[in-house]
Amino acid sequence: MIEKALKGSPRYFGALMVFLAVMGIGGGFYLIQLNNGLLITGLSRDVSWGFYIAQFTYMVGVAASAVMLVLPYYFHHYKAYSKMIIMGEFLAIAAVIMCLGFIVIDIGQPQRMLNVLINSTPRSVLFWDMVVLNGYLILNAVIGWTSLMAYWKRVSPPTWVKPLVYTSIIWAFSIHTVTAFLYAGLPGRHFWLTAILAARFLSSAFCSGPAILLLLTLLAKRLTGFDPGKEAVKTLSTTITYAMCVNVFFFFLEVFTAFYSNMPGHMDPILFLFSGFEGHTYMTPFMWTASFLAIASLVLLIPYKWRYNPDVLVPALIMLVIGTWIDKGMGLIAAGFTPNPFEKVTEYLPTGPEIMIALMVYALGGLVLTILWKIALEVRAEVEGSL
Amino acid sequence: MQRSRRDFLKLAGVSALGLSAGTLGFLGEGAQAADALPTATDFAKPAKAKQWGMVIDTAKFDDALHKKCIDACHNYHNVPKIEGKQEIKWLWTEEFHGAFPTERPAFLADAQEHRKYLLLCNHCANPACTRVCPTKATFKNDEGLVMMDYHRCIGCRYCMAGCPYGARSFNFRDPGEFIAKDKLNLQYPHRTRGVVEKCTFCVEMLAQGKQPLCVQASGGAMVFGDLEDPKSEIRKVLKEKYAIRRNPSAGTEPSVFYIL
Ligand code: SF4
Ligand code: SF4
Repeated sequence: MIEKALKGSPRYFGALMVFLAVMGIGGGFYLIQLNNGLLITGLSRDVSWGFYIAQFTYMVGVAASAVMLVLPYYFHHYKAYSKMIIMGEFLAIAAVIMCLGFIVIDIGQPQRMLNVLINSTPRSVLFWDMVVLNGYLILNAVIGWTSLMAYWKRVSPPTWVKPLVYTSIIWAFSIHTVTAFLYAGLPGRHFWLTAILAARFLSSAFCSGPAILLLLTLLAKRLTGFDPGKEAVKTLSTTITYAMCVNVFFFFLEVFTAFYSNMPGHMDPILFLFSGFEGHTYMTPFMWTASFLAIASLVLLIPYKWRYNPDVLVPALIMLVIGTWIDKGMGLIAAGFTPNPFEKVTEYLPTGPEIMIALMVYALGGLVLTILWKIALEVRAEVEGSL
Repeated sequence: MQRSRRDFLKLAGVSALGLSAGTLGFLGEGAQAADALPTATDFAKPAKAKQWGMVIDTAKFDDALHKKCIDACHNYHNVPKIEGKQEIKWLWTEEFHGAFPTERPAFLADAQEHRKYLLLCNHCANPACTRVCPTKATFKNDEGLVMMDYHRCIGCRYCMAGCPYGARSFNFRDPGEFIAKDKLNLQYPHRTRGVVEKCTFCVEMLAQGKQPLCVQASGGAMVFGDLEDPKSEIRKVLKEKYAIRRNPSAGTEPSVFYIL
């Protein structure tokens, strides 16, 4: 089956070349980082995690979101997802690979990475995050590959896949919950120290992840003629809409708790994000853009007539993805560290090299995804006689 | 024969502290080491405690004394002088609002307002930094010291996110270039790029039965001792004077106390 990745149109190879080129350029910057250390990033003593860890957090959400297809398909036998399910699983694989990539580029001593295994420390959430992420990668790779193989051979998947599928459903929730626990259990980081953080992570994942999947599927439809089915698109966009509503609602819960209680520790990070703190307003334009995009996407998605119209759906999904990305991929980490333990602001914005290195990981994900989807689509074309 | 073998073992123990062979006088080049090397006998009577702690009598400090303490620590431990937000510091000062932000005092008394406060790792009894470290590179030893194993640290910086006191620094770059050549203390190793570091309560001094360097330099403005020993000097001071700790609501039980 794997050989299907080796033949393809010039466009397919063109895409792979672009990804490889981006990886090459980013890789050059990564070499600089390896030689000189993380000083080439915008990180500091006060904001010690930044863009890399934020992208990791966002991508964990994308990985977890496959469950929004897997759950209805396997638990409720919702057949409309039959064509998309493999796309979701393969997106999850690419997303987890990116997550691991972002962690590797973030640590100061990557050659000592395996210390986490050698000196495994169960009281550290980071240890569990490593366990669940790698477990999820293996689960999805095994499930996705085995089902595709069975489909290709025109037999039904082996029975042992079923329990793995059910495990993967629970596992998907666990990867984002454990990732939220990385942050939520820290004393003195008020923005993260909230019981609803895991729930917020899941709600934002369950709208942004499927939105990315749907956008990519619609792109694949354009490029290859693969049709996920009208019904599937409708149902998935409805799921996205609900999840986004819950996501926005959860954010308001945070705002209420912080401002009605009037406790400075809880209010300060939110003030920092939306109105600036002690004159530092560099985050506010981003956060207001994110809020505007979030609301606008809901306005476009909630009326079902608009939602079911592809001309409205696509821009709405793009807005949603950008909005949630700013919220999680920039705001979440910055506000956790700001104001710092001395009630001061140290500004953090990613540097050029930092962004290039992150792009390298994104390009790696794009490469993996393109190859996996190519195989899946070829198999489908071969079995069904058409896409 | 016996004797010289024991001496050799002691010497080996001393070198394990991070000496380079060049500092051993009899091998030549001895002039490089500024001070006399501690010998095995120095380690014969280590200071012991269940939970080391510190009291800082803030009224006894002025800028000069702060500097003296900070220099004593930073010079001995080869803490690099890096300007800006990627700086490294073990011991430093903040004004009241920065040092005790959770106190949120209004109409602060002049004496406290204009004072600076010496900050360092609190060697918490229940530290958040050791809880989060995925490799046990940060760990608490039997004497209540929160220690760093620089060789285990993978540089994930989780401990920095975990510490509610901003007590840790990360080596964003090779610190060697930021320590003046003539200031380099060959008796103490500097760290490598990519690991986290912080104050150690001078574990190498305690091992020789001495007080931490900042306490020595403070001329009595700091008191150091065993918090678990009711008869210790530090407990006597705490019984007599009201002292506060930084951000007690974080639940980490800091071992550094401030007399205002
Ligand atoms: S002050 Fe911070 S670094 Fe020091 S022991 Fe406490 S939590 Fe750990
Ligand atoms: S940076 Fe080093 S000491 Fe800190 S948590 Fe990570 S491995 Fe542990």
